[in-house]
Amino acid sequence: MTRLAYLYAVTGRGIRVPSPLPGVAGEPVRLREHGELAGVWSPVPAADFDEEPLRAHLEDIGWLERTARAHQRVVDAVSARGAVLPLRMAVVYRGEDGVRRLLADDHDRLHAALRRLAGLTEWGVKVYLEEPATVARPAARQQPSPRPSGRDYLRRRIHSREREEQDFVRAARLCRLLHAQLSRVAEEDRPLRPQHGGIGGGGGRNVLNVSYLVAREREQEFVTRAHESSVPGVRVEVNGPWAPYSFATPGTAP
Amino acid sequence: MTAPARPPAPAPHPATGPVAPRPTSLVDLLDRLLGAGVVISGDLVLGVAGVDLVRIRLHALLVSAGTAAPGAPGPDDGLPLAAYREEAP
Repeated sequence: MTRLAYLYAVTGRGIRVPSPLPGVAGEPVRLREHGELAGVWSPVPAADFDEEPLRAHLEDIGWLERTARAHQRVVDAVSARGAVLPLRMAVVYRGEDGVRRLLADDHDRLHAALRRLAGLTEWGVKVYLEEPATVARPAARQQPSPRPSGRDYLRRRIHSREREEQDFVRAARLCRLLHAQLSRVAEEDRPLRPQHGGIGGGGGRNVLNVSYLVAREREQEFVTRAHESSVPGVRVEVNGPWAPYSFATPGTAP
Repeated sequence: MTAPARPPAPAPHPATGPVAPRPTSLVDLLDRLLGAGVVISGDLVLGVAGVDLVRIRLHALLVSAGTAAPGAPGPDDGLPLAAYREEAP
């Protein structure tokens, strides 16, 4: 059976990970050291991770979730023990030598990025504009009234439009204040795409989704500030800590 | 029965100490692991990101700095995201 090398992360030479640490295909994770770096990888079957089968698997939400969570467990285990550059999911090489080549060819850039992220974690902050129905507004539930006139309909539309605008203005103000607060604690920030269609849980409309890079010793302060910021009609959610996925690409610092 | 007006309190965040594994929402996870701020609705079909992902020998870390931020907002993504950075006192 042909096997490929799935790479999770790059970390510093000499790091120890718990053993055995199962990888995305069950086989334990290994370290390949080169220079000051170590690649965190595991063998995976080509039958699942070569281009065609992988493409098919990625359409399977069950497979995708299992694999993503396994990937995250590995990265978290490394992150708990030292600085880590977490890779995007499904970075696959033909063999272990591919890992070595990456570490050799890009050693200095990777090493610089790794040092830059030492002691830092990523925290997600999402701001939701809550649906009017979930806000404490005693909106009279429309009874099955005798068919409303066109004018009633228009008035209701205008009214709800105005309310939406007020909520939006309030959300925008909160986002700016929140960011001003959080950026005093965080090192960097990156916008993520807001999540549509209620997929983020909780309900409401996600109007802001930002990742912050935070020093470990300031995590508590960061989370507290974020949680203190909700105002009526606007909800703030915090997720983390993550390995610094959104900040790992060298050369994109603002 | 009337529903409580307040949303449930946010989950506690044990924010100090080493990174502890805890349940995270799949969409937050994929936002990061796929690096592309995937928009998922219902069926979860990977779009452009899927094609991007399956490249063998993807140098995920070495994407040129010139490419758009993975989560760069579209026109209909709610608040103009640039706004959140404005007016920082």
